Amino acid sequence: MISVENTLRSNKASGKGSLVGYFPAGYPTTQDSIEALVAMAENGCDVLEIGVPYSDPVMDGPVIQKATEQALENGFRLSNLFEVIAGVRRRVSTPLLVMSYWNPVIRYGTEKFATDLAAAGAQGMITPDLIPDEAGNWLEISDRLGLDRVFLVAPSSSNERVSANSEKSKGFVYAVSTMGITGERTELDRLAREVVGRIRESSDTPTCVGVGVSNGQQVAEVNSYADGAIVGTALIRAYQEGGHEALVAKTRELAGRLG
Amino acid sequence: MSNQLRSQVGPYFGEFGGRFVPEPLIAALDQLDQVYQEAKADPSFQQQLDELHKNYTGRPSIITEAERFAREIGDIRIFLKREDLNHTGSHKINNVMGQALLAKRMGKKRVIAETGAGQHGVASATAAAYFGLDCVVYMGEVDTERQALNVARMKLLGAEVIPVKTGSRTLKDAINEALRDWVANVETTHYLLGTVAGPHPFPTMVRDFHSVIGNEAREQMLEITGSLPDAVAACVGGGSNAIGIFHAFLDDPSVELYGFEAAGAGIETPMHAATLSKGVPGVLHGARSYMLQDEDGQTMESHSISAGLDYPGVGPEHSWLKDLGRANYVGVSDAQAMEAMRLLSRTEGIIPAIETAHALGGLPLILDRLPKGASVLVNLSGRGDKDMETAGRYFGLLG
Ligand SMILES: Cc1ncc(COP(=O)(O)O)c(C=O)c1O
Repeated sequence: MISVENTLRSNKASGKGSLVGYFPAGYPTTQDSIEALVAMAENGCDVLEIGVPYSDPVMDGPVIQKATEQALENGFRLSNLFEVIAGVRRRVSTPLLVMSYWNPVIRYGTEKFATDLAAAGAQGMITPDLIPDEAGNWLEISDRLGLDRVFLVAPSSSNERVSANSEKSKGFVYAVSTMGITGERTELDRLAREVVGRIRESSDTPTCVGVGVSNGQQVAEVNSYADGAIVGTALIRAYQEGGHEALVAKTRELAGRLG
Repeated sequence: MSNQLRSQVGPYFGEFGGRFVPEPLIAALDQLDQVYQEAKADPSFQQQLDELHKNYTGRPSIITEAERFAREIGDIRIFLKREDLNHTGSHKINNVMGQALLAKRMGKKRVIAETGAGQHGVASATAAAYFGLDCVVYMGEVDTERQALNVARMKLLGAEVIPVKTGSRTLKDAINEALRDWVANVETTHYLLGTVAGPHPFPTMVRDFHSVIGNEAREQMLEITGSLPDAVAACVGGGSNAIGIFHAFLDDPSVELYGFEAAGAGIETPMHAATLSKGVPGVLHGARSYMLQDEDGQTMESHSISAGLDYPGVGPEHSWLKDLGRANYVGVSDAQAMEAMRLLSRTEGIIPAIETAHALGGLPLILDRLPKGASVLVNLSGRGDKDMETAGRYFGLLG
């Protein structure tokens, strides 16, 4: 059975650590995004996040915004998301999570979205603009279908919220490492350690750190205190600058210092 | 009389509202909610705001009966609530002064704002100058062009104006950019949101700050005509001036409420901003409400000659009032609004903002629903100085 949680746990136990890589579906085309995600899996990503291009991505910085905008301009439709999941699943066994803003999900129908996502071979969903308080029937549906659901925890989150969001998360808890939107920071925030520490106090669900991780050094550093490092912007920037080859090289560099 | 509808304080209005935002913002929303609750319970806060409105904003705003204009429309009396006479020229200052006081209470020295028509940006820049705060205003690139005079005003007031070049380059994208700024700078910065949209507590708080419009007008109407108006009308972008004048009348069943949305090139075309008439419920900018979206849940671009109404979302309380059937929402086209702008200018010597002109241009559309001789209270939400370039081009007045 493919499982995000088991993958993160066994990589942690073996001392290797995990790299979680993000790439948008349909960027720049459906087929290109399948090739990109497969290459990321084959070159060091332990978990894949498949982003859903959305018209109003308030959690994303300029690099991801530009990529997802281009995917939409190139005609991305939600039906293509399920094609991408299936296309990647056919070729690699790496666990897959969909990362989607909430409106496309409820417009499609949460139940149908979850069912189609599972049927295509994904393990669950990360919801950047959905807090558990507003998650409604997504909690029940994901439980029933055995899907992972990843909520965010931020440095500003109160202890009550840290524990509630961690408890409601399955697969992993997404620790937002800086206060900022996605985009690399040269120095990983000390806040990341503090947040992971607080999550650990209230939950034994694995914790991955995202938003701000951009090189192999930082990936290794994050894995010294968390269960995985999440990288998006740096991978997409590499792809924008040097295409598929550069993406492969960047993935290897990011994974290179893991044990 | 029960206060059933008036007493709603969020976070939900029926199935609408909520807080659909990234977790990093929740602490700031909690803080804002708490500080606002404390302020509301503190008589000195209301007193401070009342003083500011009296000595700076210029409240109460007067009511002008528009007799010559009404004669052109039909057998009704029209009363204009003159929010255009407020300092900075629109209703937006009511909310801004309230939120600026809260920013001070929270010890935040930097405010950010989004703006469409530029009126909220100007009001925010004004409050920032008055209170000595740093101010950054996000404005869609399209809007910086069609409201260039307001960009100059904001800059003269000391604000930084950042043109937003993503998406449709209008109000929706300015809000996205302001939210991104807020996520990154939440500890030092207050997001001075300019309408009754967004996550809780904004829809409730912004409504409360604008409810002074309806509270004043209700008393003024009783004084002038001896009775409540038969109908209250306002334009609806995000919905702040409309809810501001509606709120005092929500539990007066004899008073019909009309919100006029921008129908752009026509409600039957794709070129409109008639969110309540043509949209479906969804989540945009932190709240569940009616919105313009495609089958994939992607927000659709809105279109209107009016920058302030050119928004594919709307505040959640309006969605609730629509579904309850308490308020009626009707589309008014660019052409109908511009005709009303000209008519009010020529018959009353009052040049309304193009946003406001939608409220006036909607009156002929609802005439047959009103009793003969009905008295209609219209929120004259802003003045048209900022629109002279658009109007000059539209009417061919620029030589
Ligand atoms: C004069 C005026 N009226 C109305 C609006 C629309 O906003 P709302 O629907 O929040 O009142 C604006 C917005 O810019 C405005 O400037």
